[in-house]
Amino acid sequence: ERFKAGKSGPSARRPDNSAFKQQRLPAWSPMLTANTVLPFFYFMALSCMLLGVWLLLTVQSTQELKLDYTKAGSCDECFEIHNSASCRLFQGDVFFYYGLQNFHQNLRRYMDSRDDGQMVGRTTNLKNPSTYCEPFIKDQKGLPIAPCGAVANSVFNDSFTLSYHGGSSGPAVPVPLLRQGITWYTDKNIKYRNPKDGNMTLAQVFQGTAQPRYWQKPAYELDPRDPANNGFINDDLIVWMREAAFPNFKKLYGVLYRAKKPFIKGLPAGNYSVDVSYNFPVQHFRGRKQVVLTTVTWFGGQNHFLPIAYLITSCLTLLVAVVLTVAWCKFGKNGRNMEE
Amino acid sequence: MLCLVSSEEERRVRANDREYNEKFQYASNCIMTSKYNIVTFLPVNLFEQFQEVANTYFLFLLILQLIPQISSLSWFTTIVPLALVLSITAVKDATDDYFRHKSDNQVNNRQSQVLIRGLLQNEKWMNVRVGDVTKLENNQFVSADLLLLSSSEPHGLCYIETAELDGETNMKVRQSVSVTSELGNQNNLASFDGEVVCEPPNNKLDRFCGTLYWRDKKYTLTNQNMLLRGCVLRNTEACYGLVIFAGPDTKLMQNSGRTKFKRTSIDRLMNTLVLWIFGFLVCMGVILAVGNAVWEREVGSLFQSYLPWDPPVDNFLFSAFLAFWSYVIILNTVVPISLYVSVEVIRLGHSYFINWDQEMFCSQCNTAAEARTTTLNEELGQVEYIFSDKTGTLTQNIMSFNKLDFTPFNPLADPDFCFYDDTLLESVKVGDAHAHTFFRLLSLCHTVMSEEKSEGELVYKAQSPDEGALVTAARNFGFVFRSRTPGTITTTEMGRPVTYTLLAILDFNNIRKRMSVIVRNPEGRIRLYCKGADTVLLERLHPCNQELMNVTSDHLNEYAADGLRTLVLAYRDLSEDEWEAWSESHRCAEKAASCREDRMAAAYEQIEQDMMLLGATAIEDKLQEGVPETIAVLSLANIKIWVLTGDKQETAVNIGYSCKMLTDDMTEVFIISGHTVQSVRQELGSVSLSDCQSVCLSVCLSVCLSVCLSFALVINGHSLAHALEADMETEFVSTACACKAVICCRVTPLQKAQVVDVIKKHKKVVTLAIGDGANDVSMIKSAHIGVGISGQEGIQAVLASDYSFSQFRFLQRLLLVHGRWSYLRMCRFLCYFFYKNFAFTMVHFWFGFFCGFSAQTVYDQYFITLYNIVYTSLPVLAMGIFDQDVPDQRSLEYPKLYEPGQLNLLFNKREFFICIAQGIYTSVVLFFVPCAVLSDATQSTGVPLADYQTFAVTTATALVIVVSVQIALDTGFWTVINHVCVWGSLGSFFSIMFALHSQTLFKIFPNQFHFVGSAQSTLLQPVVWLTIALATAICIVPVLAFRFLKVDLKPQLSDTVRYTQLVRQKKRKPVGRNGRLGARGGSRRSGYAFAHQEGFGELITSGKNMRLSTMALATFASRHSSSWIDTLRRKKPTHTHCHTPPSASGASSPARSCVSGSVAPLSNSSSVLGGSQDTPIEEVTAQHTQTVPTLSTQTPPAAEAAAPQGSAQAVSAGVLTSAAVRPHGGDSPGGWTITLGAVQVSCCYTCINNSTSKIMLIDTTFLLSNRKLCLVGRLGPLHPTAPAHPLSPWKPARLSETFRMNRGITCSLLSITCLHTHAGCVACFAGEILRHREQTVSSLRFPTEASIISQINPNHRQ
Repeated sequence: ERFKAGKSGPSARRPDNSAFKQQRLPAWSPMLTANTVLPFFYFMALSCMLLGVWLLLTVQSTQELKLDYTKAGSCDECFEIHNSASCRLFQGDVFFYYGLQNFHQNLRRYMDSRDDGQMVGRTTNLKNPSTYCEPFIKDQKGLPIAPCGAVANSVFNDSFTLSYHGGSSGPAVPVPLLRQGITWYTDKNIKYRNPKDGNMTLAQVFQGTAQPRYWQKPAYELDPRDPANNGFINDDLIVWMREAAFPNFKKLYGVLYRAKKPFIKGLPAGNYSVDVSYNFPVQHFRGRKQVVLTTVTWFGGQNHFLPIAYLITSCLTLLVAVVLTVAWCKFGKNGRNMEE
Repeated sequence: MLCLVSSEEERRVRANDREYNEKFQYASNCIMTSKYNIVTFLPVNLFEQFQEVANTYFLFLLILQLIPQISSLSWFTTIVPLALVLSITAVKDATDDYFRHKSDNQVNNRQSQVLIRGLLQNEKWMNVRVGDVTKLENNQFVSADLLLLSSSEPHGLCYIETAELDGETNMKVRQSVSVTSELGNQNNLASFDGEVVCEPPNNKLDRFCGTLYWRDKKYTLTNQNMLLRGCVLRNTEACYGLVIFAGPDTKLMQNSGRTKFKRTSIDRLMNTLVLWIFGFLVCMGVILAVGNAVWEREVGSLFQSYLPWDPPVDNFLFSAFLAFWSYVIILNTVVPISLYVSVEVIRLGHSYFINWDQEMFCSQCNTAAEARTTTLNEELGQVEYIFSDKTGTLTQNIMSFNKLDFTPFNPLADPDFCFYDDTLLESVKVGDAHAHTFFRLLSLCHTVMSEEKSEGELVYKAQSPDEGALVTAARNFGFVFRSRTPGTITTTEMGRPVTYTLLAILDFNNIRKRMSVIVRNPEGRIRLYCKGADTVLLERLHPCNQELMNVTSDHLNEYAADGLRTLVLAYRDLSEDEWEAWSESHRCAEKAASCREDRMAAAYEQIEQDMMLLGATAIEDKLQEGVPETIAVLSLANIKIWVLTGDKQETAVNIGYSCKMLTDDMTEVFIISGHTVQSVRQELGSVSLSDCQSVCLSVCLSVCLSVCLSFALVINGHSLAHALEADMETEFVSTACACKAVICCRVTPLQKAQVVDVIKKHKKVVTLAIGDGANDVSMIKSAHIGVGISGQEGIQAVLASDYSFSQFRFLQRLLLVHGRWSYLRMCRFLCYFFYKNFAFTMVHFWFGFFCGFSAQTVYDQYFITLYNIVYTSLPVLAMGIFDQDVPDQRSLEYPKLYEPGQLNLLFNKREFFICIAQGIYTSVVLFFVPCAVLSDATQSTGVPLADYQTFAVTTATALVIVVSVQIALDTGFWTVINHVCVWGSLGSFFSIMFALHSQTLFKIFPNQFHFVGSAQSTLLQPVVWLTIALATAICIVPVLAFRFLKVDLKPQLSDTVRYTQLVRQKKRKPVGRNGRLGARGGSRRSGYAFAHQEGFGELITSGKNMRLSTMALATFASRHSSSWIDTLRRKKPTHTHCHTPPSASGASSPARSCVSGSVAPLSNSSSVLGGSQDTPIEEVTAQHTQTVPTLSTQTPPAAEAAAPQGSAQAVSAGVLTSAAVRPHGGDSPGGWTITLGAVQVSCCYTCINNSTSKIMLIDTTFLLSNRKLCLVGRLGPLHPTAPAHPLSPWKPARLSETFRMNRGITCSLLSITCLHTHAGCVACFAGEILRHREQTVSSLRFPTEASIISQINPNHRQ
C-alpha cells in the first residue's frame, strides 16, 4: 500500500507528501498563558458567584417541613407533636413525601431482586419470574409471586391522611392530596404495564399467582378507588420500585390538590395533623421514617448544598485566580521570556 | 544409533555420502525464524498471549463473573474488551510471522548447484545437506559453511568477500588443501569420498580445526580452507566446496545470537505499575470486604427480613469473602484491559509515521525508512548509547582520491572518477617531469591486480579500497596500470605502453607502515618507489628535501584536519651496484632460517633511505552524507556514540577523526591494545591515572572531569576480550563511559554484542546498535534497539533489525523527532490513561460506603463496558498518535529537547502517582458532589432525584465530561482528527446512552435495559446540569491552576531549552568556526591506514595468483610456490602482534601532541599577564580567595577578571588545564559559565596547595536543563613545599540553598576526590554523584562544554 503501483523510477517508493503522513496537519497548539488562564479564572469565579447567589435566593423561597414519626408506632395512641417552626403559607404546589432513613434500597442483591419482564406485563414472566427474584419468587404453596422480588415485597405500606385544623378552632378539614401523577412518565407508561390476556380482568390475569409475602392484599386490589391504578401500574408501587441511590431517601406520596379553598394558594398557615396507618416496621434495623412537606421551584425542592457549593467554589477560584495573578506578576517573567 | 545434535562432540562428514551423513542427523540448511504455521497459530498464539499476566488475569475475572453469587457485573463487561485485545494482538502476530515466513522462504529458496550422483543439479538452499559437494560461481553467496575442495583458479585459490560476516570489504584468499585442488572436474569430485572430522558447530569466525581423511592419509584443515555462509565469491570463476555445517549450525547463524523478545522500559515500568495496581486493587477489595463484614453484622443481619442472605451465605464473614471477589470484579477497571491494546495501536501509528517520513527516504537507493518492529518506538526517545558499525554505516566504503600535493585525453579513464583540478591536468599535459613521476609511482607502487576482459575495460582487484583509489587516480591522469606478471608491470603512460621490470616488492606491514617497489624502466634505470605514512617516510628523506618537506608538512596538516588519510610518496634512484649489493643482502635475509622477519626488515630499512620527496596524497574514506553533523547533533542530545568495527585500529581512529568523534581538542586518546590480562588491566588503569603519575586516593572514574578534560578510548578486539572478563568488566565500563568517544576495533561480531550487553548490564540505559552487515546482527539483536542500514548489499542486518533506513544521518531524525515524539506521546497517553481509569473506578469504592459494601456499581453496566473502549478511547488514542509539543524542526535544532526521555522524566513512578492522585481526587468529586446534591433534590414536578438511575446517569455524564475536558487540556496539538475524536466521543456517549435507555430496546429485553427513560428524565433537569458543571469545575480548576503555575514558574525542560538554545545558538556559531580553525594545528594522522594485508607482495612475485595462460615465468612461480603460503601463515601471528606497544605508542603520540596544542592559548594569556614561574604561592592563593566570593555571589564581572588571571597562574604553575572562560552574554547562564571557569582555575590552585579544601564545579548544562551538579571535593596534597592553606568558603548546604533560590531546584552534590598530581599534571577528579532524581548516573552529560572552556579571548577582559 505504501508503494504506489503506478510509479516507477528512483522515487517510486517515496512516501506520499501528504500533510497527514508527514505529520504536518494544520493544528491548533494551545498554550496555558496568562492571557487566557487568568481571565478564565476570574470569569469562572464571577459566574459561579452569580449562579450561587441566584440559586441561594431561589432555595430561600422554598419551604420545607419534616416530621419524624418513627416512634409513633410504639404507642397505641395517636402520636402528637407540635411543630411551631413554620407559620407561613406553603405557597404554590405542596408535595407530601414519606422519607426513610437507613433503608438500603441500593444493595446489589436487593436491586437485582426484581423482574422487569414481569412488571412490563409479559405473561410468561408473570407465571415464571426471573431467578433474580430469589427468595421472593414463590410462596409456600409454590405459586409464583407477582410482583416478585425483594423490592416489591418490601413496598412501603404506611398510609397518611393530612388534616387541616384551620386558623380557628373549626372542624378538621382533610387536605386533598393527589395520589397520582407522582411517577416518571416513562415508568408509568412504558416500564410498568399490566399483563393482558384477552378481555380478562386484572384479577383473572393474576390468577395462579400469589401476592408478595408482606403484602396484605394482592396487586390487583391495591387501589380500590381507581381500577386503573392497580396491578403493576399502581403509582405507589412504581414510586417504590424506583430504588433510591442512598440509604436515606424520600419518596413522593402525594401532591396538594389546589382546586378548593382554602388550598388554592397552597397550604395556609395553621394546625395540621397527620393520621398514619402504621404498617411498615423500621425500628428492627434502626431505620427511621419521616413525613416531609415541601414546596418547589424551577430548580426542585429545598436543596442548600448546590448554592453553597457554588459560592465556595467561586470563592476558592477567586482565591486561586488572585494567587496566580500574583505569582505571574512576581515570577512570571520566565514565562514571558519563553514565549518569544 | 542416533546421536543428539546438542551433545555433538565432533562432526564427521563424508563427502557425497548422504546415507552415511544422515545417521548423525545434522541440521539441514533450512532456516526457520518464523514461529507459527497455519495449524499451530491459534493454540500457540493464545498460549503465548495468556502467558501475559494481564490476559490471564482477565480470563480469571471472566471465570469469577460466571459465579452468580459473586458476579457483580455481567460477563460481557470483561469478555468484550478481552476478545478485542486478543484478536488485535493475534492479527498483529500473524502479520509479523507472515513476513518472517516470506523472508525465510526467500533465503531458503535461493538456488545453488549441488553434485548429486555425479551430476550438477540445481537445488534450493534448504535442500543442501551436510556432505554435499556444491558448486559456487563468481559473485554468489556461499550457501553453507563449506570446505573448499577446488577452484577454477590455480592452486585451488579463491577470493572471498566477508562483508556479511565481519564487515571487512577487502578480499580474502582461501586455498583448498593441495590434494583436493587437483580434483579439477566434476567426475573426480563426484567420486571424492574423503571424510572430514572436525569440531562441532561454534561461533568462532576465525577458527576452524579439522582433519580430512582421504585415501588413508590425513590432511589438516584450518580456517584457511573454509568458505563460510554469508561470504561472497569474488574474482573466481567457480569453485567447489563440501558442506560441513548447514543452516543453524553455520558460523553466521551461530553468531547471530538468540532472538530476544525486546521490551521497552516503558513496557517494564507499565508491568510493574500494573502489578502495583493489582496490589492496590486487592487492598481496596480487602477494605471493602471488611466493611461488608461489619455492615452485614451490624445492619445487614437486621435487614434480613427485607433481604435475606443468599442460601450459601450463613454468616457475615462468608458474605465478606464473596464481597471481596465481587469488588475485585467491579474494581478491575483500574487495570485497564484496553491499555495494552491501545499502546500497541499507538506504536503502530508511530511506526507508520516512520515509514511514511519523506525526510528519511533516500532517493539514491529508493528506500524509505522502515519500522520493522512496531513495539519499540517510544524507546527511541530514550536512547543514551549508540553502538555503531563503521564500514557501510558511517562510511560508504568508497575511497576516493581526494587531494594530492606536489607543486582527458585518456581513453582508459574510469567514468566514475571525479577529481577536478585544471592546473594539475595542465601540468600533466605539458609533461611536467615531477608530475609524471608522481603518477608513475602511483601506477607502479601497489599490489593491485588488473583484469582486462576486453580492450579498454579494465577492472582492478585491489585488496584495499585505498590502493584502488590511488591506482584509479593515476589511471585517470594518464598513467594506466594495465597488467602485471610476477616480474613485470605494464602500464600505459600518456597513451604509450611501457613495461617495467619488477625487481622487488618491499611489502607493507604495520610496523613499517610503508611499501616500496623497485623497478627497472625500459631504459634500464633502476628506481625505488615508496609510499607510506608521513611519520615514517619523512625521516627517511634525503636532507635536500627540507624545503619541500616543510611545504608538504603544511599540506599534510591541512588534509589531516579535514579528516583525510594521507600518504607521502618518495622515490630513490638506485645505481646498478647499489641494487646488486642490496639484492644480495635481501636474498640472504630471505633465506635466513632464523629471525627471517627481522633480517628482512633490516634489509628493507637499508634501501629505503635518502629518498626524494615527491608529494603527498590524501584519500577520503568517504563518510556517508551528513555523518559528522549527525554525530554532533546526537552528542548534543547527550547520546554517546561508540564505534565498534572489525577494521584495523588505524582505519577506525581515522574515521573517528573524520566524523569528528575524535577531535584534536581532546586531552588524550587512550589506546588499549594489550594482549594479556595484566597488560590490559594496566592500560585501563593508566587511563584512570592518565598523565598523573601519582597514587590515586580513590579511583572511581564513573565521573571524570569531562568538563575540562575529554578523553577518548580506542580499544582493540583482543584487549576487549580481556576487558570484558567478569573481573575487569566494571573497570572497563567505568573507564569507557568516562570517555567522550569510544572506538573498539578488530572486534568480532560476538564481541560487539558483548560490549552492548555489558553496557546494558552495568548502566540502566537504553542502547541502540546500528550496522549494515551480518557482522552487526548479534549487536543489533542484543541492543535495546537495532537499526539496520539498508540499501547496501547484505540484508542480514536489516532482517535482524528493528528499524532500517539507508543513511546513517536519518538516525537523528529517527531519534530526535520520531523517538522523542513517540516517547512524549506514550507518556502523555499513559498518564491520562491511568488517570481516567482511576477516576472512573474509584467512584465504586466511595459508593461502597453507602450501599452497605454490597458491590453495587455506580454506573449502568453498559457504561462500564463501553467506557474504556468507546467513550474515552479515541481522544486519548488521537493524542497518543498525533500529539506534538514542538515541531520536528525544533527537535533537530535543539537536541537538548531529547533529554527528558533519557532521564525518564515524563512518565515514571512519581508521575504515575500524580496521575493516580488526580484520578482519585476526580472520583471523590464525581461521587460526592452528585451524592450531596441529588440526595436532597427533586424535579420541578416534585419527583425526587435521589433514585439510583438518575444518580448513575448524572455521575456517568459528569465523568465523561470531566475526562473529555482533561484530554482537551492534555492535548497540545489539535488536529482535525483530535477534534473529531473528542467531540465524537462526547457525541457517541450521549447518543449511545439515549439509545440504550430507549423504549425500543427495553421492550425487547426488559431485564437487560431497565434504565429505560433515565437519560431523558435526568438530563432534562437543570439541577443535574448544574451538578455536572460544578463537578467539572471542581475537578478542572486545580489542575488548570497547577499546570499554569508549572509553565509559568517552573517551565518545562523543553520550554527552557527551547528558549536558552535560541539564545545560545546565536553565540555558538562563531565558536564552531573557531573550533575548525583550531583543528588545523592538530595532529597528523596518516599512518598508512590501509585496510591492508601484508603478504600480497609475495603473492604477486611468486606468481601464484597468475593464470597459467598469462604467466610469463612459470619457472619463477614454481621456485617460490612452496614457500609463500607458509610464509603468509607464519606471518599471521606477527601481523596480529603489530598492535603491541610499539605501534600503540606510535599511534598515541599524536594525541599527546594535542595536549600541547591546547596549551597554546594559555601560554598566550600568561604572557599577557606577565605570569612567571616564580609567582609566589601566597599570591596565588590570594587570587584564589578573590575568586571565591565571586562564585558564591555570582557576579560575572569579577569572575571574568579572576578567571583569566587564575588560568595564567595555573599555567605558570605548569598545570595543563584548559581552564579558561568564554563569558556568555548578560543572561544568567553566562554568569554560571564564568563561575565554572573560575572554579576550574581554583582547582588548579588547590592542586598546588598542600591543603584540603572544598571545590565546587558547576556545569552549565546542568543548570540550564534544570539538573544541577556541583562538585564538592577535597584535594590531596600536591606540592611538598606549599604551605597548608585551608580554603572552605563554600559549604554544600549554602550552595544548595543558592540553587534552590535561583532555580527552584535543589542542587545535587557530588563528592569528589582529586587525584593530585605533581606539578605540570592534570587534576583528575572522580567520585560519585548523588542526584535527587533516582537517575542512574552514568556519566556527566555535557557534550559541548569543551567549547565553553575555550581559549581566553583577550578582548573580553577590557
